[in-house]
Amino acid sequence: MFRTVAELVAIAERERIPISEVMIRKEMQEFDRTKEEIFAQMENNLKVMEAAVERGIHEKVRSHSGLTGGDAVLIQNYIQSGRTLAGERILDAVSKAVATNEVNAAMGTICATPTAGSAGVVPGVLFGLAPKLSPTREQMIRFLFTAGAVGYVIANNASISGASGGCQAEVGSAAGMAAAAAVELAGGSPAQSAEATAIALKNMIGLVCDPVAGLVEVPCVKRNAMGAAIAVVAADMALAGVKSRIPCDEVIEAMHRVGQRMPSAFKETAEGGLATTPTGLRLAEKIFGPAASGERSRA
Amino acid sequence: MKYRSVFDIIGPVMIGPSSSHTAGAARIGRIARHIFGEQPERVTIHLYGSFAKTYKGHGTDVALVGGLLDYDTHDQRIVDALQNAEKAGMQVTFVPDDEEPEHPNTARLILEKGDDRMEVVGVSIGGGKIMITELNGYPLKLTGNQPAIFVVHHDRHGAVAAVATVLARHEINISYMEVSRRKKGQTALMVIETDQPVNARVADEISRLPNMLKVATLD
Repeated sequence: MFRTVAELVAIAERERIPISEVMIRKEMQEFDRTKEEIFAQMENNLKVMEAAVERGIHEKVRSHSGLTGGDAVLIQNYIQSGRTLAGERILDAVSKAVATNEVNAAMGTICATPTAGSAGVVPGVLFGLAPKLSPTREQMIRFLFTAGAVGYVIANNASISGASGGCQAEVGSAAGMAAAAAVELAGGSPAQSAEATAIALKNMIGLVCDPVAGLVEVPCVKRNAMGAAIAVVAADMALAGVKSRIPCDEVIEAMHRVGQRMPSAFKETAEGGLATTPTGLRLAEKIFGPAASGERSRA
Repeated sequence: MKYRSVFDIIGPVMIGPSSSHTAGAARIGRIARHIFGEQPERVTIHLYGSFAKTYKGHGTDVALVGGLLDYDTHDQRIVDALQNAEKAGMQVTFVPDDEEPEHPNTARLILEKGDDRMEVVGVSIGGGKIMITELNGYPLKLTGNQPAIFVVHHDRHGAVAAVATVLARHEINISYMEVSRRKKGQTALMVIETDQPVNARVADEISRLPNMLKVATLD
């Protein structure tokens, strides 16, 4: 039914329906399921996301390695102080993205969006914008279908795997997905959603996957934080009428090509980037012993 | 299309920390267990690429074993899978391998019980999606999203038709099938994905057909 973002937008405009509805209809048609069934399954995913955010912003979760945890609470407390520079809205989204990834790192229950390592961005943006936009439950579920529609195109035309395409494919894709969904939630057009995805993704191209000690913690948690921030700003830019000079599908294609040419040291092998800084190597050794970091060459 | 459903993108619900290295690994382990048909006594797991380099950090080992114990991706017991395997009498050995795989997240599982031995290769392609690419040396492409039946048989005319006839009689619709063989006229593997699950009675009926060597199912 659609293979590209351009086709997705064209269907939405022709039928005069939001992107979320295009995705819902495609899912019904392809799997012969009712709207109720599909909504119920997505609502279950929403509940898992909500629970992870709640846990992360109230409880100082700690991962087994001790590398991450507790930052979502710090940011929430800081927002309460009223002294934020970036503004309450963005920081709320950031803290909720962090909350999700801290729960993930602690082997808690999350919903992959599109992956576990990038699971914070989409719920971070949704629950960060919710206090301002007061969405209904249905709008919140639709937010996930819109994000899913964009993710579906990226996954099939490029990649959503850090091991195949680097962090740009994970947090980058998540930021593009969240930006499109934020536009729809705020009342923007399908075309503006596509612009938001393009703007967000452009700013993630080239991002490598270089996890310290191979753990989905450093720098993953903070990359989700910034992924959420970029998504919100990209959505605002698109809603303001700003357009991407490079069309969304070409940005996705460019991301794919960059991923293919990215050396394997930067694709979730912990053999390059932050993973092989002196501190990264020291942390790996502390967690897994000398053998774990000793065999790694530095890239 | 590698990804067909919106729930491949928004989902699965899972235990952290990695969809490819934890949830995908759990799915590979679970599918291997289901094709094997029972809990193995011994499992040797070869890990390649990113799986080999980062499996401890991502809990890939814990997740593969959780899958072999038949845990779903969101089952909290995954966290204690290594201890649970020991209690359940399943002995697991991990072998990180330097060989460069076609896909960076690849695992080769060798399941054994008594004289039964099965070798399966799974790759985790991202977001928790997986693909089984090899079974006992036969290449295949199986997503594990649909029920399936695997038949090892003598490579003779009529074998495929005979199996299809049994399925048709039980009103089981074939959605996808492939036959692969290592050498003409020897043994071959039929992989049939179906819309309805193939129950034990139907599988038994197929195994009693001429030229059939081994039958396994996946619901």
